[in-house]
Amino acid sequence: MTIMENSGFSSPRNDAFPAGLRVLVVDDDPTWLKILEKMLKKCSYEVTTSGLARDALDMLRERKDGFDIVISDVNMPDMDGFKLLEHVGLEMDLPVIMMSVDGETSRVMKGVQHGACDYLLKPIRMKELRNIWQHVFRKRIHEVRDIEFHEGIDEIHMMRNVSDQSEDKHIPSGTDSVSGKKRKDVDNKHDDRECNDSSAVKKTRVVWTVDLHQKFVNAVNRIGLDKVGPKKILDLMGVPWLTRENVASHLQKYRLYLGRLQKEKELTASFGGLKHSDITSKEPNTNHCLQNLVNNQQCDRTSDSHSIHRNETVIQNVDFKMYEGDMKCTVSMPMAEPKNAINVDNSDPQKSSSTRTSLSHSFGKLDSEVKLATTIPKQYSWNEECSRAQMNRECKPQFQPKSGINSLPLTTLPQSIQLDCVQPGPSLSFRPSSIDHDKAKPEMKPAYVKSRSLGIEQMSPVGCKVDLSSVQTGSKLTNAEGFKFISTAMWSMNNHSLDQVVEGGKESAHRSLNLACGSALKSWDENLHGGFFPGDFQPVNIDPRSIESLNYNNPELTAEVPNYLYDSLKFDFEYPFDSMEYPVMDQGLFIV
Amino acid sequence: MERNQLRRQIGNMRQSLFDQGYLDHEQFIQLEELQDDANPNFVEEVVTLFYRDSVRTIQNIEQALEKSPLDFVKLDGYMHQFKGSSSSIGAKKVKSESTQFREYCKVGNAEGCRRTFQQLKKENAALKKKLEVYFQYSRQAGPLETACRPN
Repeated sequence: MTIMENSGFSSPRNDAFPAGLRVLVVDDDPTWLKILEKMLKKCSYEVTTSGLARDALDMLRERKDGFDIVISDVNMPDMDGFKLLEHVGLEMDLPVIMMSVDGETSRVMKGVQHGACDYLLKPIRMKELRNIWQHVFRKRIHEVRDIEFHEGIDEIHMMRNVSDQSEDKHIPSGTDSVSGKKRKDVDNKHDDRECNDSSAVKKTRVVWTVDLHQKFVNAVNRIGLDKVGPKKILDLMGVPWLTRENVASHLQKYRLYLGRLQKEKELTASFGGLKHSDITSKEPNTNHCLQNLVNNQQCDRTSDSHSIHRNETVIQNVDFKMYEGDMKCTVSMPMAEPKNAINVDNSDPQKSSSTRTSLSHSFGKLDSEVKLATTIPKQYSWNEECSRAQMNRECKPQFQPKSGINSLPLTTLPQSIQLDCVQPGPSLSFRPSSIDHDKAKPEMKPAYVKSRSLGIEQMSPVGCKVDLSSVQTGSKLTNAEGFKFISTAMWSMNNHSLDQVVEGGKESAHRSLNLACGSALKSWDENLHGGFFPGDFQPVNIDPRSIESLNYNNPELTAEVPNYLYDSLKFDFEYPFDSMEYPVMDQGLFIV
Repeated sequence: MERNQLRRQIGNMRQSLFDQGYLDHEQFIQLEELQDDANPNFVEEVVTLFYRDSVRTIQNIEQALEKSPLDFVKLDGYMHQFKGSSSSIGAKKVKSESTQFREYCKVGNAEGCRRTFQQLKKENAALKKKLEVYFQYSRQAGPLETACRPN
């Protein structure tokens, strides 16, 4: 079984799993210890007993991978069973079953809160012990998923960073394949997560929002990861409603995450250029997405780039959605480099104007870029290559327009800006040539916008192109739509119809442009292939099939945002996407 | 004949232990099921282990009861331990006495604790005696049984 292989069941005993399960029983009562030992042996498990919690911990530490599951009594003279539970969970991450003669709900609840995967009441029956292997199995499966998921997130971040740093560098093909794989995994993971979410509902989970996680990370870093403990973290965090157990389980995951991140870092070090300079956390172990997320947030806030109220909201939603309510690396794509993020801030008209200003600046740059028709084709062709490569992957560019995003500041910004910024809700009736996208409105997620800012100067058309191609490969795309729209917008701008585009963009906030984008991208692609063809935009051939599948209404979009968000984030060419937005806007402004 | 009678007697003893509420049949039968060739006297071993260990716990409680004022938290802790232990062999009456004891601890009823404890000791001793007899007979009947098994 693959899962079993992945989960480390590699010894010969695996063949007869669950036979041979290595169980450590901890109980100060010698009578029960004897009975449990016999019972477990009858189940064909490998049993080790210990009458003292301290001995048990020593044993566990000595033989790091020597046990599969721990069964422990709650009341022990030398150490509280819950404390042992915490230790095992944090240090060894093994499933722990608690036992007690006391079945009071509060006690059971405490056990579960501390992370016990089960709570058995004495006298314990054989049949209860026979099934303990399921806890081991379940944990392994989840771990595999977690790794895939986190690797995906890491991948996204790494991609993003790579893109940020080298917009015009051709992204190494290694990345492509990796991200392609990751994308798929993440998608699968997302599906799993959705299922998990429903099953997790019954658990009392703390939702680790970005803010909360930031506090957590700050506390951890202040204490020092090697000296950290849930109580210390909790004290530093100063969150009254948070319990030590919450922090303990969060810390556990955090550690696991860091471990994986390290591996990822090693992997991506070869890319040579993963600069997390702006994101790099001050702490030594950061550099994982969580930290980046946090930093990005900070950057966003501090950089005065109009970001982010929206983004934060988005991210948080993403956060919630993407994770089973637990702390997870929020796809901080949106949070990405805020620099010059043209995050139109709806709520702040003044900001809009400043945004406008910044936009015009960037536009200025773009304009020069755009004007160079000769350069564009080159860029496009490069993009094309990229996009082709991308297309080979399982591309699912999806910037699902979030309703929040839709309501992004765009409205307050000048039309051109709005166009650029945001509207992830492309309309199906997107017609690039006419660009009267009453319907079509590329709604880019704020995040997008933000990250775009980076690329504005560099990538515009290229970005667009890539996005388009990615859109093509994917089926859902809010992003794709956005891009398409953007590219369309670009074209239209060239055709001096930016105004139209902008207007259209506004209205179609909630339409699924995906389809349109996809088709538009196709034609875009074709068009671009030969170079820059302003105004030569063919009507989008909207594939009815895709229209259906891409029917993202606002609520749906919102719901799907997280998934797509990080999916698209994974694509290194998302950045081009972002940049695409800006260029469009720039052009629009410029022209207009 | 003798053997059969013996076995029947053993069976009756066992049944009366269940019927009279001394033993929880479910737990006791589970112990019996654990008995196999590797551990042919498993049940007896477990019971012996329980009584040996419980002596310590009972002593602790006794000492704690002599103190004044009573440390109910400590007493409750000991009794919790004893309760868990007694559940291992399915000692029913003893278990209910220990539950009662803990109730008195919760409300700080010293007299109630002492009274219940005396009752508990009595029940504990009674069961111990019965089981000793039971195992004695079982040992007598056991080997005979194997020897009598047809090839």
